Amino acid sequence: MINIHEVIETNKMITQENLDVRTITLGISLLDCACEDLSEVNIKVYDKITRTAGNLVAAGNKIQKEYGIPIVNKRISVTPVALIGAAACKCPEDFVSIAETMDRAAKEVGVNFIGGYSALVSKAMTQADELLIRSIPEALSRTVSVCSSINVGSTKTGIDMNAVKLLGEIILQTAELTKDKDSIGCAKLVVFCNAPDDNPFMAGAFHGITEGDAVLNIGVSGPGVVKKALENVRGADFETLCETIKKTAFKITRVGQLVAQEASKILGIPFGIVDLSLAPTPAVGDSVAEILEEMGLEYAGAPGTTAALAVLNDQVKKGGVMASSFVGGLSGAFIPVSEDQGMINAVNAGALTLEKLEAMTCVCSVGLDMIAIPGDTKASTISGIIADEMAIGMINQKTTAVRIIPVIGKTVGDKVEFGGLLGHAPIMPVNRFACDSFINRGGRIPAPIHSFKN
Amino acid sequence: MIKHAFVPDYMKRTVITVVGKDKVGIIARVCTYLAENNINILDISQTIVQGFFNMMMIVDAFNSTKDFDTIADDLAHIGEEIGVIIRAQHEDIFDKMHRI
Repeated sequence: MINIHEVIETNKMITQENLDVRTITLGISLLDCACEDLSEVNIKVYDKITRTAGNLVAAGNKIQKEYGIPIVNKRISVTPVALIGAAACKCPEDFVSIAETMDRAAKEVGVNFIGGYSALVSKAMTQADELLIRSIPEALSRTVSVCSSINVGSTKTGIDMNAVKLLGEIILQTAELTKDKDSIGCAKLVVFCNAPDDNPFMAGAFHGITEGDAVLNIGVSGPGVVKKALENVRGADFETLCETIKKTAFKITRVGQLVAQEASKILGIPFGIVDLSLAPTPAVGDSVAEILEEMGLEYAGAPGTTAALAVLNDQVKKGGVMASSFVGGLSGAFIPVSEDQGMINAVNAGALTLEKLEAMTCVCSVGLDMIAIPGDTKASTISGIIADEMAIGMINQKTTAVRIIPVIGKTVGDKVEFGGLLGHAPIMPVNRFACDSFINRGGRIPAPIHSFKN
Repeated sequence: MIKHAFVPDYMKRTVITVVGKDKVGIIARVCTYLAENNINILDISQTIVQGFFNMMMIVDAFNSTKDFDTIADDLAHIGEEIGVIIRAQHEDIFDKMHRI
């Protein structure tokens, strides 16, 4: 039987160290909603989402109550909309109507985000893909809960540089259309390389076409728990450090597995995966950067940061994999800037730069995340940043992503406030040298060779 | 004791924890509530951690007329009255986290 010290440990994690289940994300296939009549598509999409997800929030709240573990978000991901609207949508405005339908459905079932306003263009864009991408600025400015993601590259296909070029412009237009809210539209837009089909985390979640009709994916969290555990092994060697992270990750993940099974039982929807990512929030004591500091760095960004992050990421996976029957999604440590108080402090102290963040993304999921840059950054520069990050993913056979926010009207030295889980951030400087001629070439970067690994 | 893995859902055991400053009558108050609602106590233990009184009870609420939510809310309310924090949680969360 369970003993009192184990009970105290678990409850301490929940009440003092911010252990929570970050999200229950219900993936819904909309493939059966596709047809040539746009209004019919919209009706079918609304009905399918509200029918499938009707009990999602209630189920989440029930589990939260019974186990005493906060379930912070209940969310929905759908099949990439470029596929669903391909037959019916003749212009970007047509796609925006589907985004508005998704927004209404999300509001009806009470979820805070719905992902899947997406296109998968890792080799090239279809006409529908391009229309969807061009509709993103309007779609994200006219909806509240819709999140968009575009997969522009993969290890198997290379990188679609036409899409990369276009997305630099789209990100700026999205920023412009939401400039009255610090360009928040860009916080809901992710550009991926090697995007997973079963990611439960926003803004990049979509229900992949390899998935079933509906599936439940769970994202756990708990940077605060790892940090506290590491406080007890200060000065110990790397073996002890790794063992401590591993054991803690196991415990955190078990909670996710339990919640996933319960939610699956209540909703009658199969359990997909648990995503092992350590997801920070702006709350004090819920920071990945603070773990890196606890490992012995003055600030995140100091020399040693990439190694520390590599250790953290690897041990989290090693501990988590055994704790869950199915692991998937992004599974690693997130390093968003605005959503992590320790990262914000590191930027403010001058310890952390865009270039160091890029290096860090080589060893962890997911990428350049929630980084505010000056609003006058050129579209080609944004495309260049995206291309760099995609190349890291393509060559290293891992998921990488860019969620970058050019904040219109603000520049280095200013601050930006997104509110809630999205947090706040200082505007970070961007390398001022041009890459226009590189980006303007167009075409695609071929898939890399899978041998001679050096 | 029935092996927990074979216990059906509706017989899930509940862990009640009480955390706060020690004072006279905490256990009496909680036990009175449990007795009044036909909730059976299977195990009880207590300890002091960093000066705080910690008590844990494992109970079986299968024969209670009240549902889990009501019991959890009632206990939280009693906790507020006597100045301690009382939580009720299904046992699974502890079992899953600490047992392979």
